[in-house]
Amino acid sequence: MSIFQELTNRDQVFEFLAPVQSPVDVRHGPILYMEDVSVSFDGFKAINNLNLTIDDGELRCIIGPNGAGKTTMMDIITGKTRPDTGSVWFGSRHNLLTMNEPDIATLGIGRKFQKPTVFEALTVFENLELAMATDKRIFPTLTATMKPEYRERIEEVLEMIGLKDLRNAPAGILSHGQKQWLEIGMLLMQKPRLLLVDEPVAGMTEQEMERTAELLTSLAGKQSVVVVEHDMGFVRSIARKVTVLHQGSVLAEGSMDEVSNDPEVVKVYLGEEA
Amino acid sequence: MWLTRPLQERSTQIFLGVLFGALVIVSALHLFMPQDSALYVSSYTVTLLGKYLCYALLAVAVDLVWGYLGILSLGHGAFFALGGYAMGMYLMRQIGDRGVYGDPVLPDFMVFLNWQELPWYWAGFDMAWFAFIMVLLAPGILALVFGFLAFRSRVTGVYLSIITQALTFALMLAFFRNEMGFGGNNGLTDFKDILGFDLRTDATRLGLFLATGIALAIGYVICRGIVTSKLGRVSVACRDAEARTRFIGYRVERVQLFVFVVSAMLAGVAGALYVPQVGIINPSEFSPLFSIEVVVWVALGGRATLYGAVIGALLVNYAKTVFTGIMPDAWLFALGGLFVLVTVFLPKGIAGLMSRRSKKDDTDTPSAQEATA
Repeated sequence: MSIFQELTNRDQVFEFLAPVQSPVDVRHGPILYMEDVSVSFDGFKAINNLNLTIDDGELRCIIGPNGAGKTTMMDIITGKTRPDTGSVWFGSRHNLLTMNEPDIATLGIGRKFQKPTVFEALTVFENLELAMATDKRIFPTLTATMKPEYRERIEEVLEMIGLKDLRNAPAGILSHGQKQWLEIGMLLMQKPRLLLVDEPVAGMTEQEMERTAELLTSLAGKQSVVVVEHDMGFVRSIARKVTVLHQGSVLAEGSMDEVSNDPEVVKVYLGEEA
Repeated sequence: MWLTRPLQERSTQIFLGVLFGALVIVSALHLFMPQDSALYVSSYTVTLLGKYLCYALLAVAVDLVWGYLGILSLGHGAFFALGGYAMGMYLMRQIGDRGVYGDPVLPDFMVFLNWQELPWYWAGFDMAWFAFIMVLLAPGILALVFGFLAFRSRVTGVYLSIITQALTFALMLAFFRNEMGFGGNNGLTDFKDILGFDLRTDATRLGLFLATGIALAIGYVICRGIVTSKLGRVSVACRDAEARTRFIGYRVERVQLFVFVVSAMLAGVAGALYVPQVGIINPSEFSPLFSIEVVVWVALGGRATLYGAVIGALLVNYAKTVFTGIMPDAWLFALGGLFVLVTVFLPKGIAGLMSRRSKKDDTDTPSAQEATA
């Protein structure tokens, strides 16, 4: 009876007819759901039956030796690479495999690449302004004005990434670490639901690493954050849950301690460091 | 409003002040000084200055795409010439039966080629409004089609420069052909009047000079408006990190296309104002060399400043007039030498030399100090 009522409810569209830009549905917990994903390049299986679930608001670290498929995994999530088999869902409503890169970005998946790329000729403030989640078509951009709520949002992010005093400096003069933070800030301006961060502390000083760890842990909860990192010390300092990738599939998953005591993991990865 | 924002800016106010001041002074000297006075500006000079201002507008258009969007167009002469041809066609139709052959409809060159009727694409050019719209549309549509294909395929950098060069060269070869119906080799010339004013009178020449000055002012404000808007910052972002711009959600190819088309239209207007002042338009305006010269003006003046492009265009063309008067054969060497010297010693051009002094003053500002800390 209740089903019948739901179907006759005229002020609601059936779920399967709803437009794709409908909000991300995380009522069931996971924000990202990858099942049995495989992809091969010229016969080489880069991803092999990968199953991965990221919960809403979670901070997850992904580690694994070179060639374990970490970057390919990110490529699949952001729509750059299409898997041969498997399914990838964002929330329980959006099938990422049917969407292109800009659409996935607008939906709320932000990705930071290994090498920091910011707009060096523009100031820190302007960098954040451009990244802001607004209408990005030509004429709205041409006539755009700086509204107080935009300014507030930018100030908020400036505070978060610790570049408040540098807001009018051209991004080109920032240090490597500051550029990384600015880039994370630019992702935050897009109000993403899920942040994919590739090696955020590569080339950072000890101090900068600490700041980055603080930044990423403060983001978790509001956003889901997936960090791919090689630096074990850094991973230990932020991780609540770690996934170890090996040869394109999940080798182990759990807290840092559980994972580092797993004999399999020690053999393929941590062993190299010991 | 994006178009009025530049008017509140100090640099634009100075630019417009200097430009309008110059227009007023030149007009006053031309009109009120006795002819034998040393300060008298002859009608020849007025037209020469008008020609320089056309070049300045073209240089601003090139600086918009090169300086702020990173697209080095080596074919902007094509848009300039198309605007010029649209204006030339209108002027040809204005001749009416005063041509050598006295045909009331057909321009002289068509009578000479034994054509019986006007080709379809000449229809409408007897009406000024239609011709003036075509001045914008012809270069605009070419830029739209060309840009759409190039930017969609993500052609950038040197490859794009080469294609633009090929574009203008191809158009030059096409316009050289008599069958095209644009006067072939000789182009369009022997104009009589524009909007009912006789082109040979001093008053019309002064009017054209002033119109060019106003067009330059409007063009400058439009470019400045784009550059200072958020879209301008997005263009700079496309110039410096195209992939990143795409990744934060902008359609890079559309930004490029929009700015490119605006720039082409401005170049078209410059060409349209150029033709009645020099009295001829022929395929040599399509020559690749001319387009490269425009780029040299912008480089000399200073890229990505807009006013630098104006300074560069005026200075180089003044130098050209002087040099080609003294020793015509040495001009290209002088231009080449100047270009080499500026790129080596003044990478930011003449404008860079000017802003270096003002930069020195604000190195003490807090943001700069923090930046170095």
